[in-house]
Amino acid sequence: MLGFIKTLKTLQDRTPLGLLQLKHDRLRLLTAIAGITFADILIFMQLGFADALYKSNTQYPRALQSDLVILSTQAKNFGQLRTFARRRLYQAQDVPGVLSADALYLGSVQWRNPQTRQQTSMLLVGQNLAQPAFELPEINQQLNAVQLPDTVLFDRASRGDYGEMIVQVEQGKPVTTEIGLRTVTVTGLFEVGASFSDDGALITSDQNFLRLFPRREAGAVSLGLIRLEPGYDPKQVRASLAARLPDDVQVLTHQGYIDFELNDIQSESPIGFVFGLGSAMGFIVGVVIVYQVLSTDVNSHLAEYATFRAMGYRNTYLLGVVFEEALILSVLGFIPGLIIALGAYQITAAATALPLAMPASRAATVLLLTFAMCGASGAVATRRLQAADPADIF
Amino acid sequence: MSKEAAIVVHQLDHYFGSGQLRKQALFNINLEIRAGEIVIMTGPSGSGKTTLLTLIGGLRSAQSGSLKVVGHEICGASENQLVRARRHNGYIFQAHNLHGSLTALENVQMSLEVHGHLSKQQRYYRASEMLAEVGLEERTNYYPADLSGGQKQRVAIARALVSHPKIVLADEPTAALDKKSGRDVVDIMQNLAKEQGCTILLVTHDNRILDIADRIVYMEDGRLSKPPAPEAD
Ligand SMILES: Nc1ncnc2c1ncn2[C@@H]1O[C@H](COP(=O)(O)OP(=O)(O)O)[C@@H](O)[C@H]1O
Ligand SMILES: [Mg+2]
Repeated sequence: MLGFIKTLKTLQDRTPLGLLQLKHDRLRLLTAIAGITFADILIFMQLGFADALYKSNTQYPRALQSDLVILSTQAKNFGQLRTFARRRLYQAQDVPGVLSADALYLGSVQWRNPQTRQQTSMLLVGQNLAQPAFELPEINQQLNAVQLPDTVLFDRASRGDYGEMIVQVEQGKPVTTEIGLRTVTVTGLFEVGASFSDDGALITSDQNFLRLFPRREAGAVSLGLIRLEPGYDPKQVRASLAARLPDDVQVLTHQGYIDFELNDIQSESPIGFVFGLGSAMGFIVGVVIVYQVLSTDVNSHLAEYATFRAMGYRNTYLLGVVFEEALILSVLGFIPGLIIALGAYQITAAATALPLAMPASRAATVLLLTFAMCGASGAVATRRLQAADPADIF
Repeated sequence: MSKEAAIVVHQLDHYFGSGQLRKQALFNINLEIRAGEIVIMTGPSGSGKTTLLTLIGGLRSAQSGSLKVVGHEICGASENQLVRARRHNGYIFQAHNLHGSLTALENVQMSLEVHGHLSKQQRYYRASEMLAEVGLEERTNYYPADLSGGQKQRVAIARALVSHPKIVLADEPTAALDKKSGRDVVDIMQNLAKEQGCTILLVTHDNRILDIADRIVYMEDGRLSKPPAPEAD
């Protein structure tokens, strides 16, 4: 402890050589800051886009109003959930703590765009109208609009040409088209957004779903939504359900299910790779620029450094100066990087409707990356210090 | 070997390079300098003066023979011991080698900071005082770029002497200066060294400053001798 206080005192007392060196050459300082800022913005944008894509492709799983989720053991992702027997839901209702267990039906259907008459693949969601499946008020307020047979709600953010159709539905005029061989009526609109697997989504009742999906039996369920009685711990009930139900289904907490979906996207889609590569490029650009600046700085001070060593300073002192510079640069470059990235997120979010946000954890990650970036450059730049040999300056 | 000797060099050889390229730069050097003595070393360029100075200063490791500086044997010393030995000495180089990002005052303070036992205020006070002694009290906050050659060399002297070193090693300190500033610089060195009682070993080609020496030694082809007759220079 005493030793620590002494070290702090020496640190506070010492001449801040790295800082003074950086301040003395403003152009070099600005180059380094600009380089780090640029690299950080690049990394922020890549991470932001990746996260926005993950989010926009897991909107339905995120919006589920349930404490626990039951799904087939063979489920791959929201688009390929497989099915399991509805009997499992009845069995689940016997487990203490379970308030309700509802079936959610999901499937891809071929739907004809009423405007262009072209067929495209849409996600069809069938839910229990008495127990709304999603925490999406826009949908839940219109559930009575799909009580009649062969009526659906349409996602206005679906990919494709739907302008005229949307205007008609907004004016209260139902639009008819076909799903497979059946004629259906669009009676309302909501907005969520397209995903990788489908061009858009249609929401209807479980009854309508089974009508539109003649191949599916009522007993074959995609997702089981479990709500708990107050006071029960989701993790404990999850464990009892897992113990009670056979191995053809798995039980996850809501967050666990979201992670399951994210995990699938991360391993199956190129998002992680593409944006990871982009971030790595930003990182490398930063390393190169900071290395250039730091090694030029070391080079231009070789005679002075050798003089310091002749005065009795150790090599570690000089290493400290280089890392001091690296640390100062990372902080000075990170701050404008963060501020500009926040602005760029807002502009991009407004232009693309992607859900771009800056969680504190990402700011912290990028700050750490910046330290790593400058630290790595500093470490390479210190190799030049070998040349500061006091035997050769006389 | 007198008890008072500040520097004792005994049968010192030094080689550069290895294998086929191995070349002997110093041959059987014997030199004893008493504490407080001012010794000037002259000799043609390439004769080994700088090499000897860097060995005495602990900037190079001595290979064979014996080299005692203020009582410590530094022949065969570890890097760590050499670093400590360097802190006893004040160096003045041909080039001033001041740090361009530090003011005159900060440059001088760096020489005190290495010892680690003075507070910031003490370092500031001592360095200001030292700069006043070399006649630069008006220039303490100037950067080296804004000082003349003579002024820079005076800052370098202040830096070398501020921590009251036992030994001052100077390698052609006036080579880059005009006649007047060269003389000033040497006078300042001589006065301060006499005040502090330190030992000076000064390498020079400059005949005009030989008068400050208590003794002159001559180096030729890596061997030390008494100075030759003046016309041989
Ligand atoms: N680092 C070195 N490597 C190899 N040879 C050197 C080195 N330094 C000096 N020498 C050689 O040692 C000899 C003495 O050099 P030096 O001590 O610099 O002479 P002076 O200072 O008297 O001009 C010269 O022949 C020089 O070429
Ligand atoms: Mg020389």
